[in-house]
Amino acid sequence: MPDVQPLVREFVLKLKRRKVEGSHAVARQTAELLRSVVSQHRMGSTNQAAALADAIRGVGEQLIAANPIELAVGNIVRRVLHIIKEEDISSTAVGIEGLSVTAESDDEYDSENDDHPTLSAAVLAAHARNALRAPSLQTLLEDIPVSTALSRSASSAGDSDGKSGDKSSKSRKLKHDVIAAIGDLIDEIDTCYDQISEQAVEHIHQNEVILTLGRSRTVKEFLYAAKEKKRSFRVFVAEGAPRYQGHVLAKELVEKGVQTTVITDSAVFAMISRVNMVIVGAHAIMANGGVIAPVGMNMVALAAQRHAVPFVVVAGSHKLCPLYPHNPEVLLNELKSPSDLLDFGEFSNCMNFSTQDGTPLLNVVNPTFDYVPPKLVSLFITDTGGHSPSYMYRLIAEYYSADDLVVKRRSTSTSS
Amino acid sequence: MDLRRPPRSSSGGVEPKIRQVGFVTPDVSSEPPAPAVPAAAAAAAQPAASSAGSPPASDLSPGSLSPVMIPPPRHADHLAPGSPSPAASASELGDDESWSRAPSAAELEANKGDLAEIRNDNVSASIPQKQKTSKAERRAIQEAQRAAKAAAKETGLSGKSAGTVSGANPAMSKQAKSSKASQKKDVPQAASTAASEKKVTERPPERDRKKDAPHPRMQFDDVHRVEKAKKRAIVNQSEARNRVELFRHLPQYVHGTQLPGLESKFFQLEPMHPSVYKVGLQYLSGEVSGGNGRCIAMLLAFKEAIKDYSTPPKKNLSRDLTAKISSYVSFLIECRPLSISMGNAIRFLKNRIAKLPLTLSESEAKSSLQSDIDRFINEKIVVADKVIVSHAITKVRDNDVLLTYGSSSVVEMILDHAHELGRKFRVIVVDSRPKLEGQGLLRRLVEKGINCTYTHINAISYIMHEVTRVFLGASSILSNGTVYSRVGTASVAMVAHAFGIPVLVCCEAYKFHERVQLDSICANELGDPDIILKVPGKADLGHLKNMADNENLQLLNLTYDATPSDYVSMIITDYGMVKYLAPLIAVFYLSYLGIFI
Repeated sequence: MPDVQPLVREFVLKLKRRKVEGSHAVARQTAELLRSVVSQHRMGSTNQAAALADAIRGVGEQLIAANPIELAVGNIVRRVLHIIKEEDISSTAVGIEGLSVTAESDDEYDSENDDHPTLSAAVLAAHARNALRAPSLQTLLEDIPVSTALSRSASSAGDSDGKSGDKSSKSRKLKHDVIAAIGDLIDEIDTCYDQISEQAVEHIHQNEVILTLGRSRTVKEFLYAAKEKKRSFRVFVAEGAPRYQGHVLAKELVEKGVQTTVITDSAVFAMISRVNMVIVGAHAIMANGGVIAPVGMNMVALAAQRHAVPFVVVAGSHKLCPLYPHNPEVLLNELKSPSDLLDFGEFSNCMNFSTQDGTPLLNVVNPTFDYVPPKLVSLFITDTGGHSPSYMYRLIAEYYSADDLVVKRRSTSTSS
Repeated sequence: MDLRRPPRSSSGGVEPKIRQVGFVTPDVSSEPPAPAVPAAAAAAAQPAASSAGSPPASDLSPGSLSPVMIPPPRHADHLAPGSPSPAASASELGDDESWSRAPSAAELEANKGDLAEIRNDNVSASIPQKQKTSKAERRAIQEAQRAAKAAAKETGLSGKSAGTVSGANPAMSKQAKSSKASQKKDVPQAASTAASEKKVTERPPERDRKKDAPHPRMQFDDVHRVEKAKKRAIVNQSEARNRVELFRHLPQYVHGTQLPGLESKFFQLEPMHPSVYKVGLQYLSGEVSGGNGRCIAMLLAFKEAIKDYSTPPKKNLSRDLTAKISSYVSFLIECRPLSISMGNAIRFLKNRIAKLPLTLSESEAKSSLQSDIDRFINEKIVVADKVIVSHAITKVRDNDVLLTYGSSSVVEMILDHAHELGRKFRVIVVDSRPKLEGQGLLRRLVEKGINCTYTHINAISYIMHEVTRVFLGASSILSNGTVYSRVGTASVAMVAHAFGIPVLVCCEAYKFHERVQLDSICANELGDPDIILKVPGKADLGHLKNMADNENLQLLNLTYDATPSDYVSMIITDYGMVKYLAPLIAVFYLSYLGIFI
């Protein structure tokens, strides 16, 4: 795909240099890039889906490596891979007539397929999704990737149909469907704010006192929506050192006429006894329901738990990450420049001191993210509605497939 | 009222707070309530009575009560200043001083004389005697007193102490009214003293009962009181705009407006002593901060003031000096609200002044007070810190990673000492806006060669994985074990507790206080709100600069917060290392009220 490489390289550079930041922007640009990749991809004759998926994996690997902390990139890549699988299954199912789709699968639905050779694509796609979600024991034990099974079925379907002329139209259709689905994904990313904000009136009533830390666009839209609906509430905004984005949020809220009080981060514990609800945004939601959030959020969550204040996390579904957080404080974190905390000019004389073994006496730690364990979160509000942390794995299973967790390019010669 | 009435203590124990612990001489509780005689008694008789009262009182004080004894104020019936009762009520007044604003400000106008103090002694002292006075009888007595008061108006008392009590007990309106009336009086003479004493002692018992509970502080949400306070203030403060609703009960002024005004008035000092003025300015500018620092600065300024003090003619040294000290304190409060350590120190000082034997000459009294102050600073702060360090050093082992928050003088001493002893450890300094006190501590530690890590309070969850011990300082420890210290301490203790890391709080015993607090909102200090807008080093964060006048925006700059006791693993004081502090605090705080070491 020579045409797409410059685009990919450019985006990789942007990610590496942190020129593009924020899950929303990153997710959107990743989706658009992948859509270009798909449209530029030349579909082969066989195993189009697998080849396409592999191409996506190749690009995705580069993107994820550029900024491993920006989990939205990986999320979108995996979403696209899942889309490819789904579209492939549904298009294959439509093409199949009188043939059981998953001969390998043990699903009971398949026995019914024999009796009902012509099934709607949607139903078959649903069946396929079932197969994807709960891979059969056979495939698990034999370590046969599902895509291979699919491609086998596709090829067998193609063989049995004997309509070779359909292949080109099928490949065109697959690409078309995938591009359309990615377009839907982009729309979903864009409209997540609206869908989340619609739920604001269910949670904010009268005379509420809300606490938030830093600035999240989702939270801002959420509060705007509640204000539109004439709900009365006041907001305590904690500054959110060292970026101090809380000031920006406070300004935006004040302009809308919301009673806002700016407090320092150290005063969160002091004020939280008078707060009804804590509403915060997240950087990413992990598979166990844990939250990667801007630094300081764990402190707020602990304080909220102590005072029995509901801790609500609002996040779009593009922030949902299928990975499990192992040692997230270290592995999913980034340390920023100490100059945010200490002025180099003032402390220059301290920086010269060192011990005998040359290690400096003065270290500065400036992490970007914080991990909030699922037991501290009361509710997740996503564009699909409100969920408890223990439900997040279901959402993830809907959007992602299990073998895409590690995005790594495989050689395409697995089948036939 | 008369001897028929039994002392209040044996009346069935309505008093919750102050109990007799130990042996009491019968004289103390059964002193004839001379001031309770109705106003018909000759005024001339009273001075004689008062002077007669004092020698026995002074005889009484040294030997009558054992050192452990905590005499309740109502049991001492003396008029003289040398008795424990005035000491007790002086401490109560000191308590008022600490916690009330307007009345202290009120005292500034009329600054001489403190016979109102004696008046209050008699209130507390003689109330138990006349518990059974019927309402009608009391009213009659009050009428008689008012008549006598009107007669003695030209020799009025200073409004100081009366104002104190009145301000501190807004619920007691009657008392307030009579005090305010007395505020208009001039420096008293003995006759008027007696008259006003008579008037005061006839107050109904409920007032005294209410006195036992810690007084509510100055109500800043009451507009009238605030207005009154403003009229009497030396320092011109304008109230800040955009006050947070939740904190209407605390004063919030625009910072930076007072300093230039005060600086210009430096040479028009009367009645302020220059060293006190200087300390006040240092508080305002933030140059002197920290519980120990402020307390020591204040006591040294008072020592200077006492050195330069000379009793005006026809006045009693202890009463006049107490009034002067109270006026200084009210000035300091206007510069910056008192810390709990300062409040306790003032109480101690007033106690010492009140207990001065009358036989001392002026210079002897002054030198005795100065040595008392030196002794206080030495015993309660300097030596106490050394003891705390020696206790805490046992908790610092090799390869420890110690976390501290902000800048506490005691914790810094512990770290220095541990480093001198050659322990291998490293320190994590956690800091927060807006004061950024940790930077000073960081600099001092690095200069000594201690390996330090610096971070901000949001990152404590990140850094807590590495930590083995948390050392925190405190502004005070309250009676229910709550640690009252710099805002953010509660968050640090909470996160440390969540990670299972021991939290050790180091606090000198003189900072303990008997009050209780459940959260950080009931009592706090509001700092300059505008400083929240200005983020140093980030000029582009001027987002909110233009919005400061918007009525929807409020800024909150808390100074203190209350850490619940269950987050604290151990408290290290000069009296030892304890986990459950409540009984310790009760005993040691009450010792400030009565006999003092």
